[in-house]
Amino acid sequence: MIATNGKDTIGLTLNVWRQAGPDAEGAFETYHLNSVSTHMSFLEMLDVLNEQLLAEGREPVAFDHDCREGICGSCGVVLNGQAHGPDRDTTVCQLHMRRFHDGDTITIEPFRAEAFPVVKDLVVDRSAFDRIIGVGGFVSARTGAAPDANAIPVPKEEADLAMDAASCIGCGACVASCPNAAAMLFVSAKVSHLGRLPQGAPERDERVVAMVQAMDGEGFGNCTNVGECEAACPKGISVGNIARLNRDFVRATIRRR
Amino acid sequence: MIVANTALDSKCPSGPMEGRWDKHRFDLKLVNPANKRKFKVLVVGTGLAGASAAASLAELGYQVDVFCIHDSPRRAHSIAAQGGINAAKNYPNDGDSIQRLFYDTVKGGDFRARESNVYRLAQVSNTIIDQCVAQGVPFAREYGGLLDNRSFGGAQVSRTFYARGQTGQQLLLGAYQAMMRQVGSGKAKLYPRREMLDVVVVDGVARGVVVRNLVTGEIERHAGDAVLLCTGGYGNVYFLSTNAKKCNVTAAWRAHKRGAFFANPCFTQIHPTCIPVSGDYQSKLTLMSESLRNDGRVWVPKKGGDTRPASEIPEDERDYYLERRYPSFGNLVPRDVASRAAKAQADGGHGVGPTGMAVYLDFRDAIERDGEDVIRAKYGNLFQMYEKITADDPYKVPMRIYPAVHYTMGGLWVDYNLESTVPGLFVLGEANFSDHGANRLGASALMQGLADGYFVVPYTVGAHLAGRALPAVDTSHPAFAEVEGEVRSRIDRLLSIGGSSSVDSLHRQLGAIMWDHCGMARNAEGLKRAVDEVRALRARFWEDANVVGGAADLNDELEKAGRVADFMELAEVMILDALDREESCGGHFREEHQTEENEARRDDENYSYVAAWSCEGAGDPADLSWKLNKEPLTFEVVKPSTRSYK
Ligand SMILES: Cc1cc2nc3c(=O)[nH]c(=O)nc-3n(C[C@H](O)[C@H](O)[C@H](O)COP(=O)(O)OP(=O)(O)OC[C@H]3O[C@@H](n4cnc5c(N)ncnc54)[C@H](O)[C@@H]3O)c2cc1C
Ligand code: FES
Repeated sequence: MIATNGKDTIGLTLNVWRQAGPDAEGAFETYHLNSVSTHMSFLEMLDVLNEQLLAEGREPVAFDHDCREGICGSCGVVLNGQAHGPDRDTTVCQLHMRRFHDGDTITIEPFRAEAFPVVKDLVVDRSAFDRIIGVGGFVSARTGAAPDANAIPVPKEEADLAMDAASCIGCGACVASCPNAAAMLFVSAKVSHLGRLPQGAPERDERVVAMVQAMDGEGFGNCTNVGECEAACPKGISVGNIARLNRDFVRATIRRR
Repeated sequence: MIVANTALDSKCPSGPMEGRWDKHRFDLKLVNPANKRKFKVLVVGTGLAGASAAASLAELGYQVDVFCIHDSPRRAHSIAAQGGINAAKNYPNDGDSIQRLFYDTVKGGDFRARESNVYRLAQVSNTIIDQCVAQGVPFAREYGGLLDNRSFGGAQVSRTFYARGQTGQQLLLGAYQAMMRQVGSGKAKLYPRREMLDVVVVDGVARGVVVRNLVTGEIERHAGDAVLLCTGGYGNVYFLSTNAKKCNVTAAWRAHKRGAFFANPCFTQIHPTCIPVSGDYQSKLTLMSESLRNDGRVWVPKKGGDTRPASEIPEDERDYYLERRYPSFGNLVPRDVASRAAKAQADGGHGVGPTGMAVYLDFRDAIERDGEDVIRAKYGNLFQMYEKITADDPYKVPMRIYPAVHYTMGGLWVDYNLESTVPGLFVLGEANFSDHGANRLGASALMQGLADGYFVVPYTVGAHLAGRALPAVDTSHPAFAEVEGEVRSRIDRLLSIGGSSSVDSLHRQLGAIMWDHCGMARNAEGLKRAVDEVRALRARFWEDANVVGGAADLNDELEKAGRVADFMELAEVMILDALDREESCGGHFREEHQTEENEARRDDENYSYVAAWSCEGAGDPADLSWKLNKEPLTFEVVKPSTRSYK
């Protein structure tokens, strides 16, 4: 195993956003860590910071995390200005400290968006995403009512494209990285996933209209084709989905008239 | 002859195996459609089991309240499952059938599961796939547009459906979306960031839960007519495991202390292919999907302590020990067998890597045979994940892998209706003990979670609601006040310990005891020592834990402390169970009970039972004790035989 600076431990300065609660005022606090193993993950580095704070009798930094392998979408911070940090297609839990150098300063902030209020420190409330799914991000297939799984063949190519869109982990990095705090990448990924499959076709129009309305109602911004969302997305979801969503939305509004 | 010493009624139907579930369903009482909306079901947990149950019950017309720890129900640990889900569709025409899936599961579980339950699981497996496809789960397909299958975990047939390396994610999103449809239309109510801290039992029937709002710290009471625990497995008792960090035993454990028996707690699954521990800061372990063993070859250097890089070790100095010991199954032996074999190599000084606690999983020959592109198409995402974590490129150097705690077959005891020993308290998914015996086959947990939630509990809960007198109970009932008081005083006690050891450090110590003495290999002497060590550590936890912060806001340390306190108690009964079981079966390997060739020696004469533990001194953590209750197992269809993979 190789560390980028040739040794196995590095020293770091961390500027971390601390905020006691949703209504409290927040501010950066600075901490120093002397020997961070380069084999650690970024979240393990935060664990070490928290152990250090605990030993000093201070409250540890709150951050969301669970699977620590890039799939649950819990983790997410803005690291030196980038959602999920410097590596492409990588959640912050999969980022390893070998990516950093001895003496580096790292600024760590929560995902910021009006629709994602801060809960505490680096933890934000992303429940708006669930509410958007609840109005249309599904196929209405009652338990027990399904035909045989092979009754409707799905061209492999379409199934693969649906899977590409379906791999969204709902972390919210797209919103955090967007200058308008738009949720278009998230919404469009679900619209594409379900819309590409024959099972999702019957509700295609209602789905896109309902989800877009809910998205606007939650206070997400408008998409102005900046493309930062795709760059920040840890699952490489393509902005092509947004174009598709726009087409679907127009189609649906014309057909519903 | 094993004698049942309590009235543990499994409620398994009799008669021909194929007709049992049908017959049972017919015998179950139904709730009148107009009455369904009068009943409220509390569903705790939103993994595959919880989300599928919540969606299905709300569709039926029940009022459903759903709780989960995460900020979103979609983040339940089921999301992390990689490999796939089994079903007996026989689409590949390779000889699969319900009978075969049933047989493989009973045998794979080393004859420690109930036949009736397993048969039902195999029976409903096909409907699960239908359901998931209808929801838009993008399973892998062949060029003709039909569903693709692969062979998984050593199965002799290709019965595993998969969605790249993200099967759990896609199945969970399907169930989550179905549930959110109900939430969106007001038929189910979602309570995220809530931790269930106790169950409320009124007149012997589970009638509610007490939960903590993890953001505001408020303690909330919720009343209902049935409680479903779908809270996952307890592998994190070992601290290091492939489970997500928030996986815990608290909900199940609190229910246990209110009277629910805990079954087969020592049956844990150690998965053979995980990325080895790299340092003492390690916070969890990462699974490398079992599918890798379809093409990778496992080996170690023949010479002990050989520190040459893999590429410099010539072919005749490599020991492909699985292929050598198990010529017919080779690298595809079941998980428990592969894990023990790896441990034996490491213990014998043949381990590789900086710690010596690893073996190689080598793709050199597969790449030579099929080309790098083919291997990349199959395993690209896994190879990438491995490289991210280790900085080694598995296309060039063999992966280093080692076994890690992965799954818990044990769990709350349930009958055929998935009802625990507390009436009205149902347990689904990994949290129950029901279908996997002493060892779970790959791709069968997802199947079980969804079977329980979509196709079993919607019927059996109905029978409870229709069949029992359920007087109106709301949260003003004194039982709620009492339980809430206990929950509050426990939180106060945790916050007032004021010690100097971090909760994580105490948890790590617990994990080390369990891994050393109640892990891949166990013996009476080590287990006895472990009981003392766990008791001492538990006492130390309550004297020396450092739980900072308060009770009135988001406090990760407080949450962890509550969970670790429960793990400290669970650990003891796991050890007691491992001590009681004087045989080796499945994931439970007692060193005293092995053959000359170091294979497991099962003892059907004396141990063909489910060990269901009841908690006796349920009060103070210091004076807990347990009683063993036995449910004898009988095998009418699959004759118990010795598993052989030679
Ligand atoms: C890395 C990995 C890969 C796997 N791959 C496969 C595979 O390929 N195939 C397969 O069949 N199986 C696989 N498994 C096993 C399988 O994923 C799990 O057994 C299964 O998903 C468990 O589902 P569940 O619904 O029972 O629980 P979980 O998905 O663990 O859900 C538990 C839920 O309970 C909630 N909860 C827990 N405690 C509380 C509480 N006190 N209060 C409120 N809510 C609570 C959580 O928030 C969560 O919503 C894998 C497991 C791991 C670790
Ligand atoms: S912790 Fe699950 S994606 Fe990072």
